[in-house]
Amino acid sequence: MIKFDKFTLKNGLKVIVHQDHSTPIVAVNILYDVGARDEHPDHTGFAHLFEHLMFGGSVNVPKYDEPLERAGGENNAFTNNDITNYYLTVPKENLETAFWLESDRMMSLAFSPKSLDVQRNVVSQEFNQVYLNQPYGDVWLLLKPLAYKVHPYLWNTIGKNLEHIQNATMKEVKAFFKKFYCPNNAILVVAGDIDTSTVKRLTKKWFGNIPKGQVHKRNLPVEPEQKSERTLKVERNVPYDAIYKAYHTCGRTDEEFYTVDLLSDLLSNGKSSRLYIELIKKQKLFSEINAYLSGDMDKGLFIVTGKLVKGVKMDKAEKAIIDELDKIKKTEVKPKELKKVQNKVESTLVFSEMNVLNKAMNLAFAELLGDTELVNKEICHYQAVNPSMIIEQANNIFKKTNCSTLYYFSKKK
Amino acid sequence: MEIIDRTKQPQIRSIKKAVLLKPAKYKLDNEIPVFAFNAGTQDVVKIQFVFRAGSWFQSEVLTAFSTNKLIIEGTKKHKGAELASEIDFYGAYIELKAEKDMAYVSLYTQNKHLKNTLPILEEIIRQPVFPENELRTFMQNQKQDFMIDCNKVNFIARSKFNELIFGKDHPYGRNADAEDFDKVKTADLLAFHQKFYRAENCTVIISGHVNHVTIKDLNCYFGDDRWKQKKEIKIPPYKITTTKTRENIIIKEKVSQSSLRIGKILFNKTHPDFHGLQVLNTLLGGYFGSRLMTNIREDKGFTYGIGSAIVSMHHSGFFFITSEVGVDVCNRAIEEIYHEIKKLRTQKISKNELELVRSYMTGTFLRSIDGPFAIADRFLGIYEYGLSYDYYDQLINTIKTITPVQLAGLAEKYLSEDSMIELVVGNKN
Repeated sequence: MIKFDKFTLKNGLKVIVHQDHSTPIVAVNILYDVGARDEHPDHTGFAHLFEHLMFGGSVNVPKYDEPLERAGGENNAFTNNDITNYYLTVPKENLETAFWLESDRMMSLAFSPKSLDVQRNVVSQEFNQVYLNQPYGDVWLLLKPLAYKVHPYLWNTIGKNLEHIQNATMKEVKAFFKKFYCPNNAILVVAGDIDTSTVKRLTKKWFGNIPKGQVHKRNLPVEPEQKSERTLKVERNVPYDAIYKAYHTCGRTDEEFYTVDLLSDLLSNGKSSRLYIELIKKQKLFSEINAYLSGDMDKGLFIVTGKLVKGVKMDKAEKAIIDELDKIKKTEVKPKELKKVQNKVESTLVFSEMNVLNKAMNLAFAELLGDTELVNKEICHYQAVNPSMIIEQANNIFKKTNCSTLYYFSKKK
Repeated sequence: MEIIDRTKQPQIRSIKKAVLLKPAKYKLDNEIPVFAFNAGTQDVVKIQFVFRAGSWFQSEVLTAFSTNKLIIEGTKKHKGAELASEIDFYGAYIELKAEKDMAYVSLYTQNKHLKNTLPILEEIIRQPVFPENELRTFMQNQKQDFMIDCNKVNFIARSKFNELIFGKDHPYGRNADAEDFDKVKTADLLAFHQKFYRAENCTVIISGHVNHVTIKDLNCYFGDDRWKQKKEIKIPPYKITTTKTRENIIIKEKVSQSSLRIGKILFNKTHPDFHGLQVLNTLLGGYFGSRLMTNIREDKGFTYGIGSAIVSMHHSGFFFITSEVGVDVCNRAIEEIYHEIKKLRTQKISKNELELVRSYMTGTFLRSIDGPFAIADRFLGIYEYGLSYDYYDQLINTIKTITPVQLAGLAEKYLSEDSMIELVVGNKN
């Protein structure tokens, strides 16, 4: 059970407070409701570049990291399709530094030209290191535009290509900030050995006079239903063939999310999962296999992917995957097997609550989904899933016409 | 509403001294020491068996690793798939780790399921059979992972660097080749298991919600004499042979980034200068505001990440700086790295910067004792070396009191540029 208090400032900032007196550190998480999906198709990679710029100094604070380190704190951030999330931990004695830093950079960044130049370079290095200089690194650069033709999920968080990042101008960057980085577009969570009245006081003190920003309604183009199978074959300098199958599925807030999540667990979570036992242990067709849900807010993807054992032919490997998917479409899962994955989910949740930063992030995300209580209620949603729901979703999702497949071949030497 | 001055950082308060929870000590009937840390909000427990069974103790490469990973793939009573099913059904997790010195087998479980999961732990630790079929599948897949890793400049740099500083016949420097994966046999693993996964060779650490029932049950499953072994374990005297070549390069065509490693053999945490070096290391490359990050990433944009570390092992220790940099800026990055190393000895750190490092390290220490599992890890970190909790008091004291002159002195003594071994994997242009 995660207990919490909630309040909202006049400027729209939502604040959640969770007390945990077992830890000497306080976690502060601030989630901005902006992600890669909010970018313009000709200016992609912005949300992520922006995340970097947030550390380049705000209007009153020339450097973000240094004063935080001085307070004994640590921080990081991440951007994905849907959100940009900043999080930090401080010893509780220095909580106020967190408020000072986060409120200042919400108010206004310094927007220095040097900072933009440096971060453009850093992001370019990141693009190289993660997507181009790694074996199988460019998979998502290929798979997303295959599965999505219209919806912004068709491009990656890092950007469609390096040029978009390299050509970003200060004017565009400022406009992006103004649109998305405002109190009414943010969720602040404070968790640790603190009390709600202190947090309320500090929030009003530091965030109170930040003006509310323009409320903008998200109006993203809807991805039309995929009517026929899509495939793409590529050859790369990698030692083994790999396959990536992407099926369209539900969004994070859809009712069936929990069912589909358990479906992915049945297939590949843990060493007793179906794909692991069948395809790795018994048939020895794959050295690695994975089935998972993208977890995107809008309609996302169900991915099945694996690395083929040397010498195994692609069509044999693919058929083996499809046979397993057919099994789960045809025969209802037995109660004991379903209970197993439900128990695993419960266990994961119990262990995740050991960490105050995890709790802070989960609270922020639950609030974004529309119901903070989800942090406590989600386990019930998982436990309410029954075998007929699983088989229904399997049949919905695992259709050839709903699938985009990337065949990633090892270049013949 | 309070009047605020946004230009001034709110007052930094001194951080309350962290009290590190000490363990409750027990001994099983067969003398196995058990250390218990009862803490945290969650009704879960981690039961960790620590064996002196790391790669230091193997005679063939990959033996220690494979033995550790394969204990779960089949026992006298159950097939691997059955064990996996049971563990998964109770939402439990078995963590297997084999490192240079030690090997670990840990059970993570909710307390309500402990009575079902503890017997599984007993079976896998005491009665593994290393079935041939599972062994071959495992080695084949490990080999594939290895072949993929061999395409990563980062991976190659890490392995090759250890070889350069320790020597390829030293356990800390020895690496596996692709062929080695095919040579591992069930008989080797059974022998290694018999020799090293024994009562006299282990310590148990329990953390989370621990009660007397847990200890009693532990004694039932693990406290008997049947898994004791009277034989003494003899390990050959290994000698460190550092390469005589200071600058080393492994060319990889068509890469856009090179991986760099620059460093040397040092010492382990029992050395009196270890704490001082930790402060020096943090300053140089141990946090986001470090000298290396500030120069090479934030100022020059040459890399997505650069850092340094001191590694302590039972029989030695080493220091290294690591980064992946654009091929076109590789030479310049290396120059800047040496420039920063030199600065440590030739320029005294300012009071301002030293205060920042002190605060940051204090915060890091606090984070490192957050929660029962972390507290247990801190204990293990001193217990393995025969050190007492004074170690952490001394660390905090060094962080608080080390002077600029002392730091420069340590840099002079241990981190001169010409004492470093350099490795580039990729290209220098």
